[in-house]
This record gives sequence, C-alpha cells and structure tokens, in this order.
Amino acid sequence: MALYVIRRILFGAGVLIGTSIITFIIAFVVPADPAVTIAGAKADPQTLAMIRQQLGLDQPLYSQYARYLNRALHGDLGRSFVRRESVSRLIAARFPATAVLALCAMALSLILGIPMGMLAAAYKHSALDNTLLIISLGLLSLPVFWLGTMLLIAGGLYLHSFPLGGFSGVRSLILPTLTLALGSAGYYSRILHTNLIEVLGQDYIRTARGKGLSGARTILKHALANALLPLVTLAGLDLAGLLSGVVLTETVFNWPGIGRLAFEAVFNLDIPLIMGTVLFSAALIVVANLLVDLLYAWLDPRIRFEESA
Amino acid sequence: MKARASRIEIVGGAMVASMIVVAVFAPMLAPHDPTRAVAATYGDPGIPSLAFPLGTDELGRDVLSRIIYGARISFTVGVAAMVMTMTIGVAIGLGAGFFGGAVDFILMRFTDVMLTLPALLLAMAFVAVLRPSLLTILLVIGLVSWTQIARVVRAETLSMSQRDFVLAARSLGASSTRLMARHVLPNILPTIVVMAALSTSGTLLLDAGLSFLGLGVPPPIPSWGRMIEEAQIYFRTAPWLAAFPGLAIFYAVLGFNLLGYGFLRRQRQ
Repeated sequence: MALYVIRRILFGAGVLIGTSIITFIIAFVVPADPAVTIAGAKADPQTLAMIRQQLGLDQPLYSQYARYLNRALHGDLGRSFVRRESVSRLIAARFPATAVLALCAMALSLILGIPMGMLAAAYKHSALDNTLLIISLGLLSLPVFWLGTMLLIAGGLYLHSFPLGGFSGVRSLILPTLTLALGSAGYYSRILHTNLIEVLGQDYIRTARGKGLSGARTILKHALANALLPLVTLAGLDLAGLLSGVVLTETVFNWPGIGRLAFEAVFNLDIPLIMGTVLFSAALIVVANLLVDLLYAWLDPRIRFEESA
Repeated sequence: MKARASRIEIVGGAMVASMIVVAVFAPMLAPHDPTRAVAATYGDPGIPSLAFPLGTDELGRDVLSRIIYGARISFTVGVAAMVMTMTIGVAIGLGAGFFGGAVDFILMRFTDVMLTLPALLLAMAFVAVLRPSLLTILLVIGLVSWTQIARVVRAETLSMSQRDFVLAARSLGASSTRLMARHVLPNILPTIVVMAALSTSGTLLLDAGLSFLGLGVPPPIPSWGRMIEEAQIYFRTAPWLAAFPGLAIFYAVLGFNLLGYGFLRRQRQ
C-alpha cells in the first residue's frame, strides 16, 4: 500500500510538471509581444526592453520556464495584464463559487446516473433498458450551453421561479447544477450499465443466484460494489470534463466562478490569467485523481494488501 | 460482430444521413437566402409564422434557412475535427502499443498530461491566442480530444501485436511500417469506426461550445453555436432564435451517439 501511495504521488507530480509545460507553451504561441500588451502600442523601445527584462523575456527559454515553475510552486501565478491583480488571488476569490457548483453537479449526476444504470442492467434487453439507453444518450447529446440557456428562459423568464443568473443562495444554484449534471448523469448511467453487465456475468454472481437470491438483492449486495469501483476512478477523471462544462455553464448563468474568470481572460487575451486558470484546473484534477486513487486503493483489497501478500 | 444492424444504429445512421443530405443540398432545401433580409420586420426578430416556420432574426434573415446552411459549416467542422482527432489518436495509440518500451512510456505519459487538462479550457486558451480561423479550430479541437482514442487504440494494438499472425509476418521479415499498416491496423478497424462515430459527437459539441463563446469560425458563416451566441441578447423577446439552432446541434450529436453506441453494443456481443 505504501509503495502504491508513493507511486501515485510521484505520478501526480509528474503529470503536474507536464501540464505546467503545456500551459507555458500557451504564452509562446501568442503572436503578440507581451511587453507591447502591457505598455501599449506607442511605448518607446527602452520601456519595452525594460519590461521584457522585468518579465525575464530576454532569458533563454529553459530559464524562463524554471522561473515560471518556481513561482507557480510558491503560489505566484503572475499578475493579470488587464486587472493588474495577482492571478492567484483572483482565482482564490472565484474558486468557492465553482467548487459549490461542481460538487452539487457531481452529486446530482451520480444520484441520477446510478439508479438509471442499475435499472437498465437489471432489466437487460427489455423495453426499459432501451428507453434508458435512449434517455442517457439524449442527455449526453445535449449542448451544455444550450440546455442552460433554455432552462434560464423557461425557469427564469417564464416561470419567474429562479434568478436570471449570479450566485445568490440555494435557489440560484438549482438551474446551473441541473445544466452541468444532466450530461454526466447520462454518461455515468452508461458506464455503470456496462460494468454491471460484465460483473453480472461472473461466477460468484451465479453462485449468489444459485443460493436463491432475488435479482434485485444480487445486484445490490453483490454486484454493485464491484461495478461502482471503476466509476469512482471515472468520476475523478471526469472532473476534467466537468470543469470544461463549468466554463459554459458559468458563462450562461453569469456565475462568479473560475470558468467565467477563464472566459473573461480569453476574451481580454489576458495571458497570465489564461495560464493561471488552466494550470489551476489541471492541479485541481491531479489532486482529485490522487485522492480518488487512494480511496480506490483503500476500497480494493487487492491493492490494499499488494505488498504484504 | 453480429451482421445485422440494431434499431438504434439504423435510427442513428438515418439521422446522420439526413444531416448530410441537408448539408449537401442546402441551396435547394433552404427556402430563403440565409444572409439576406427577407422579412418585413427588419430590426426586430420575427416570431415563427407560416412564411417563416422558425422565425426570423433581428436582421430579418430566415432562421430555418440559416440552420440549413449552418449544417454545412457545423457538420464540416465536426467531421474534419474528428478526422484530425482520429489521426492524432490512432497514430499515438498505434505507436505506443506497437513499439512499447520507452516510446510507449513517453507517449502515454504525454496522454496522461493531456487527459488532465480540461479540453474546452485548453481549446479556448489556444484558439484565443492563435486567433480563430477554420484551420486553428480544427487543429485545436484535434489537439485536445485525441486522448481517449489513443488509450483505446493502444490497448487494442498491444493485444493484436502479440497474435501469431503478426509474429509470423514479423519473422518473415516484414518491416514495422508494413506490420502496422497491413496487419495491426485492419484488425483494429472496427474499434476505430466506433471511436470515430463517438468522437464526432464530441467534436461537434466542442466546436459548438467554442462558437458559443465567440471563438468559432468567424462570421458571416452561420454556424449553429454562433447563432445561439448571437441570440443571447434576444432571450426575453425572441427565445426561438436560441432554441432551434440548439435543437439542430442536439439532433446531430444524438445521431452520432446512437450510431456509435449501436456499433459498440454489436461489437461487444
């Protein structure tokens, strides 16, 4: 177990270094000169040279990267070109709103997705199975931003039951959560369905059945635990997908989170803020995956007892 | 693989085929010119009516005609981006699975890194700094969506390269290129077809999302995502401007998803 944990931590650290390189590349494909962006088009050459020196742009590439990485590790992601504020502080201020939204959406998608997948697997090849297949594929096919827009029009404009955007209490959370969760619910239901079908074909299930257990009991007591396990890993990985959806959902609902911050950064071509939000999201996903891996190891005795065996 | 197609494949296939027909015959099918003001209500969006079943936009242009023409750009971008995605994914997966060792290690760790970055966020960042054009959008969508394909192709290649017929060909002196192109690739083709269908639904959604954020193919070409973006300010007065293009995206994505899952289910049986 200890070896496994160390391996996962090293892996996570390696992935983070990789993502920082990709983020660093973003700054280098920009055709515009950052010094000109800061000082304005009319700046004289001396000022530009001074800014370049300040930003370390006159240094070779690898030392620029080392500097960037070193600062990022100390929580310094640079200053926003447009807002003239620390990127880390901007992200920290916006993160709680995104965290609340993402966690609610993750929970709702599992609450909807797990029973759907279970029912479909329990009644394999029935009309219910097919209906659930169509429903989950339908949910998967909904464009997030369109769903959000339609919910906003229906719930906010016509029913007047929900606010038209912004984060103001529980009621304002409902429509964005639905928007973000429905697609993932369809996805989880499909995955769980596939896993369950596979598990249900195994010998120990046949034994349970042979003992005279009912179909529902077999699924709940014997099959579900094993079929849910891969879903745990997936939910961690899917955080990347969720954060992509967050950008669109937050834009539609004017939600004060990092998704909207990233959109504003892209809109203003605010390079440090773009890099910061991408790197922060990646770090978040790496940490979430690490936690999921550890949880997985703890849940799966085959990994828990790996070395001692 | 069972020979007969299931009902979801037929429905999905028909949906995709109908989309292709609409895209190809757009000039014949569209009742109006999508770029010209045809309604008398210039300046205000027109409510759906007999003459304009899906209404008209603020410039008096027919929404139905714009959606029909939009099929051309949305569909072309979706399919071209899928080709880009598949090319990168298959190349990396095939290389990693076939050569193994250090090549496999490097390619798969790169895949892990890319898998960690939120696709839309990364795509947004790159499109923004490179400026949106048809080529950048295709490239960027391809660059952020190949990871899942590479993983699946790698696993298939790995199991395929251990098979006797590949070993036999290798011992007869076949080159690596020949082994991959003639022996491994044709045998993993069914998987590639499934992934292609499923990944098209992904690229369609990604392109629509980028267009919605104002990072799509620049105007005046009307793509569905951009139509929804432009409709944002008419939420209150003209919700149909956003509703119908979204339904078109949903229809196209669902078609590819049904087709892909149908293939997948048949393959598993």
